[in-house]
Amino acid sequence: MESLLAGCIGFLTACGVFLLLRGRTFPVVVGLTMLAYAVNLFLFSSGRLTLQGAAVLGTTDNYADPLPQALVLTAIVIGFAMTAYLVILAIRARADLGNDHVDGKLPENESSRKESR
Amino acid sequence: MSHLIIAPILLPIFTALLIMLPPIHYSPMRRRWVSMISTVILLILTVCLLLQTQAEGVAFYALGAWQPPFGIILVADIFSVSMVCLTSILALGAICYGSAGEDERGSFFHPLFQFQLMGINGAFLTGDLFNLFVFFEVLLIASYGLLVHAGGKNKTKAAVHYVVLNLAGSAVFLFSLGILYGTLGTLNIADMAVQVAQLPAENLMLVKSGGLLLLIVFALKAAILPLQFWLPATYAAASPPVAALFAVMTKIGIYALLRVYTTIFGEHAGPLAGMASDWLWPLGLATIMLGAIGVLASQDFRKLVANLVIVSVGTLVTLVALQSSAATSAVLFYTVHSTLVCGALFLLADLIGAQRGKAGDRLVPGRRMAQPVLLGTMFMVAAVAVAGLPPLSGFVGKLMILQAASSPMQQMLLWSVVLLSSLMVLIGLSRAGSILFWRVNGNDAGPERVLPLQVFALGWLLLAAPLMVVFAGPLTELSFAAAEQMRDIQSSIAIILGDAATVGEQP
Repeated sequence: MESLLAGCIGFLTACGVFLLLRGRTFPVVVGLTMLAYAVNLFLFSSGRLTLQGAAVLGTTDNYADPLPQALVLTAIVIGFAMTAYLVILAIRARADLGNDHVDGKLPENESSRKESR
Repeated sequence: MSHLIIAPILLPIFTALLIMLPPIHYSPMRRRWVSMISTVILLILTVCLLLQTQAEGVAFYALGAWQPPFGIILVADIFSVSMVCLTSILALGAICYGSAGEDERGSFFHPLFQFQLMGINGAFLTGDLFNLFVFFEVLLIASYGLLVHAGGKNKTKAAVHYVVLNLAGSAVFLFSLGILYGTLGTLNIADMAVQVAQLPAENLMLVKSGGLLLLIVFALKAAILPLQFWLPATYAAASPPVAALFAVMTKIGIYALLRVYTTIFGEHAGPLAGMASDWLWPLGLATIMLGAIGVLASQDFRKLVANLVIVSVGTLVTLVALQSSAATSAVLFYTVHSTLVCGALFLLADLIGAQRGKAGDRLVPGRRMAQPVLLGTMFMVAAVAVAGLPPLSGFVGKLMILQAASSPMQQMLLWSVVLLSSLMVLIGLSRAGSILFWRVNGNDAGPERVLPLQVFALGWLLLAAPLMVVFAGPLTELSFAAAEQMRDIQSSIAIILGDAATVGEQP
């Protein structure tokens, strides 16, 4: 189970970082979302992996650490709000700047290709 | 338990909510007055808190009376409360300036400003690393909103970069928190210090990687060398009162660096002690030089001021790397000085730009200014202070910095870099000043005049420069006391966790 989870987190992080380095705002937003998923899974695992553990006292003998669950909840809410803001900002940037490149202008070779079309 | 500690967080959030209620929200004058009065009250409260902390020493506030290390706590020591005090002084200047008309160029200026104050105060006061993350996010989302205040192409472009970078930074922050919680089992800063001192050898590398990931995050917030490229564009694009408030945001990164690498990974941390210094020392020196080169190369006055912020960040980071009492006290004194003066310079850049018509704040000959004497005097005071010339506060700050270096090697590097950068800043500022004020192209002055409220805001911030020299004695004593208290980890841990908890090998 550990290696599966570690592989998942690693794969998500790799995809997130790759997409984050792209030139358009949409892949960047998706990349940040993937990075946020990886982070959330990682925070979960910081309390160690336990199967069928309860977080509430007095219900079982097998307890899971409740704190990472609270941390993850906070991180999810914050990540969600931030992604929503970034999406709105990206749409605004598309309208204000006339294209969806993160630098606000298309690279030379791309804009010339567009003109020749 | 004093409830005063949580007041600097509660007051701005309730003010923000109050401003958004209909009777106040629909009237611009009421919004301004509520915001300004609340900030004055905030200033009074934080000064009271500072006096109380000075008299009674470190105090903590357990939220919901959950005792540490289990609950979230706020910790008030002289250093953190001084930073909160500094924030409220700066905020009062920025809000007064904003209330002179800038706030009506977009919506929700005052509520966002108050939310940002809440985030900043919370980040300074918190005693819990995850809570620090939450307050970082609170102040960041407010700053995202404030950055696009009044709209425009440049602002949108700068905001996209700023938001994406900070979201990536938040992800790294959470990764490092996950590693640290997984290995140390706590996120309370005082408790982490105890756990780090008794760390089993097999977890050493994990904790070290977690701790150094934190370095990346704080380096991004503070704008240290490889991660500082966002700062000039962002600060130059933001509207003036927002840029002035942003002057304190880099200092939060510095404060977090100081807190984490003094309290958690300080001298008691065994093999992990001083692990960030090796990185911070060269990076800080390089940041100073890069900022100084940026000052010389800037094409407009706001970019120049943004590069001055980078110079001050580099200086502070170098001091953090030194890890001594003298250095820590110099951090406090220099932070107060540089934040207020840089904030004033951002406001001044706007006033100068407004009176120069089309030329704006670009460093090219423009039309005659309507009030050259008033603006020129302010520019002179700010420039002398920020370049570190006597008789203003920058000089005292520079003196404390130069005295903080102890070994000959440190002295050689720190003195040469700091003094050389001062010279470059001086050249850059004299060039900017002579172009802005003396090279006029003969056109008559425009109708723009400086409003009384704007003069008050600038005067309020600039007053710090002479006042910090007049009261240099008490202020240096305060900063030495703050440094001693911050470095005396043993007694603050005893206050927070009870007498049984100790760090390191002591019985």
